[in-house]
Amino acid sequence: MYHSSKGWLNPRVGLALGLALAVILQLCSGWIDSYTSQVLIFAAINVTLAVSLNLVMGETGQFSLCHAAFMAVGAYASALLTGRALPAMLPQLTWTGGSWASQLTFLPVLVIAGLVAAFAGLIVGGPSLRLRGDYLAMVTLGFGEIIRVLLQNTNAVGGARGMEGILPVTNLFWGVGTAVVTLYTIISLIRSTYGRGFLAVRDDEIAAAAMGIDTTKFKVTAFIIGAFFAGVAGALYAHAVEFISPEGFNFLRSFEIIVMVILGGLGRPVGVAIAAILITLLNEWLRDLSQYRMVVYALIIILFMILRPGEHLGPFFRRLIPTGKKAPIAS
Amino acid sequence: MNEEISLLVAKNCSLRFGGIAALTNVSLQIKNGELVGLIGPNGAGKTSLFNILTGVYRPTEGQILFEGSPIEGLPPHRISNLGMARTFQNIRLFSSLDVRMNVRTSFIARLRNGLVHTVRRGRSFRTEEEEIHEEGHRLLAFFGLEEAAAQPSRSLAYGDQRRLEIVRALATRPRLLLLDEPAAGMNPTEKEELKRLIVQVRSEFGTAILLVEHDMKVVMGICERLIVLDQGRVLSQGTPTEVRADRKVIAAYLGESHAQEVTHE
Repeated sequence: MYHSSKGWLNPRVGLALGLALAVILQLCSGWIDSYTSQVLIFAAINVTLAVSLNLVMGETGQFSLCHAAFMAVGAYASALLTGRALPAMLPQLTWTGGSWASQLTFLPVLVIAGLVAAFAGLIVGGPSLRLRGDYLAMVTLGFGEIIRVLLQNTNAVGGARGMEGILPVTNLFWGVGTAVVTLYTIISLIRSTYGRGFLAVRDDEIAAAAMGIDTTKFKVTAFIIGAFFAGVAGALYAHAVEFISPEGFNFLRSFEIIVMVILGGLGRPVGVAIAAILITLLNEWLRDLSQYRMVVYALIIILFMILRPGEHLGPFFRRLIPTGKKAPIAS
Repeated sequence: MNEEISLLVAKNCSLRFGGIAALTNVSLQIKNGELVGLIGPNGAGKTSLFNILTGVYRPTEGQILFEGSPIEGLPPHRISNLGMARTFQNIRLFSSLDVRMNVRTSFIARLRNGLVHTVRRGRSFRTEEEEIHEEGHRLLAFFGLEEAAAQPSRSLAYGDQRRLEIVRALATRPRLLLLDEPAAGMNPTEKEELKRLIVQVRSEFGTAILLVEHDMKVVMGICERLIVLDQGRVLSQGTPTEVRADRKVIAAYLGESHAQEVTHE
C-alpha cells in the first residue's frame, strides 16, 4: 500500500459538505420512509465503527478484536444517561418530536459515551499494547468477553435481558453527522506529519522508535481514538434500535467490523467507509438468511484474497472513477 | 576546550545473554564532530555495541553518557530525541510511505502541533507542515533525492535506499550519527560514492559519526580514528595507520601465523 501526500479533497471542505449532507438528509426525512432511514442510520453507524477500527488495524497495524465491546460501553453509558440520569436532572426535557434545542442535548450524551469508551480503551490499551500480533488479539478478545459477561451479570442494566425502552433520539442528522466527523478526524489525522507516525509504527516499529517516535504512545492513542468513536457509535445504535443486550456486542459483531475494514482496504478510510455501507446493505438483503451471514462474510474474504491479493475495494473503486491521476501503486 | 568534551562516553560496558558474553568491559569515547570507525571480525560484538548505544538493549554492566547525561537503559525513542540517530544494516525504510514521508517521520518527535491541532488543521498546523515540507525537501535535494520525492521508498535503487536512510536519520537533527554497515551490498563505485557522502555529511552538518563497517577500504579511507573489537573486547584503538600496524589486529583478522609473517617482514 502506498500513501500519497495529498488527497483529492481538502478535509475541511469535506467536513463542511458532509455536515451539510447530514442536515439536508434530516430536513428531507419527512419524505424518506422509515425503513430506508433506518438502513441509512445503520450504514452511518457502521461507517463510524469501521473507520475508527481502521485507525487501529489499518493505520497502526494493531489487531483488535474488541471493537464491539467499546461500542457496548458507549451504548450502555448513553442509555443510562438518557434513561435515568437526564430525566432525573432535567425532567422537563422531551426528546422525541422535540425542538432542535432539546435535540442538541444529545450531543453531550454522545461525547460522554465516547469518553467512557475511550477510558475503557486506555485501560485495555495501556498495558496490552506492549504485546504484538497474536498476543494482542488474544487480550482484546478476552477484554471483549469480559465486558459482555460483566453486562450479562449486572442486574442494574438488565443483565442478559438487556435494556429496553431507550428513547429513539438517533436520527439521520446524528447518524450521518457522526460518520462524517469520524471520517474527517481520521483522514485529517492521517494526512499530516503527526499521522504518519501511525503508519510508521505499522511499517516498522524498530525504525520508528529509532526516528524518535514513541511507538507505545502512538499505539495507545490510536486505540483510544478508535474506542472513542466506537463508543459514540454504540450510543447512536442504542438510541436507534431502542433496545440493547450484551449479546448484541459479542465477538461476531467485532468480526463484522473487521470484515468491513479488510474489505475496504486496510488503511484506506474512504474505502473502508464504502465497504461498511455495502456490508450494511448486504445484511439487509440477506436478512432471511441471517444465520448464514458469517458464512457469506468468510466467503467474501476468501474470494477477495484469491481475486485481488493486496488490493481491496478502495483502489478498485478509484479505478472506476476517472480522476485524471494515475492510480497509486498497490502492494 | 569545549570541543574536547566528549559527546559520547561508554565506560566499562558489558552485555551478557545468559552465559554468553557479547561485550566485556568495552569503553570508548567520541568527540564532537569526530568520524570514528568501529571494525572487527564477524561476531566481534559490533552490532551488540550499537544496540546498547541506541537503547535496543540495556548493558548488563557499565555506563553510557551522552553529552554528560546517562542514557543506558533509556528506550530507543528517547535516545533518538537526545540527538543520536542511526541507520540499519538491513534497510528499514517505511515501505507504505513515499520518500518524502519517510523523511517527515523524523520530524514527529519535535512537532509543535499535537493531536488536537492536527485534527483542527488551523493556521499554526499549516505553517508547521509547510516548514517541515521545506526542510525535508532541502535535505532530499542535498542528497540528490528530490526527483524521487513522491516515489514509494521501496522503488528506489539499493544505493538510494541507503542514502534515504541517512537522510531520514539526519532529519532528526542528530549530533551523533551511527551508521550500521552502510556499504553492505554495494559495488565499488557505490562504495566510493558512499565515502564521499559520509565525509560530506560530516562537513556540512557537523555531525559526529560512528561508522560500523566490514569494508576496510571504506573505513581506512575516511575515519580519523578506529576502534577494533574482537570477541566482545576492545582490541585496539588509534589512527588507521596505527591500527593497521597493530599485530593484535592482524592476528584477529588473518590468524596468528599471518601476524608473525607480517611483523617479520
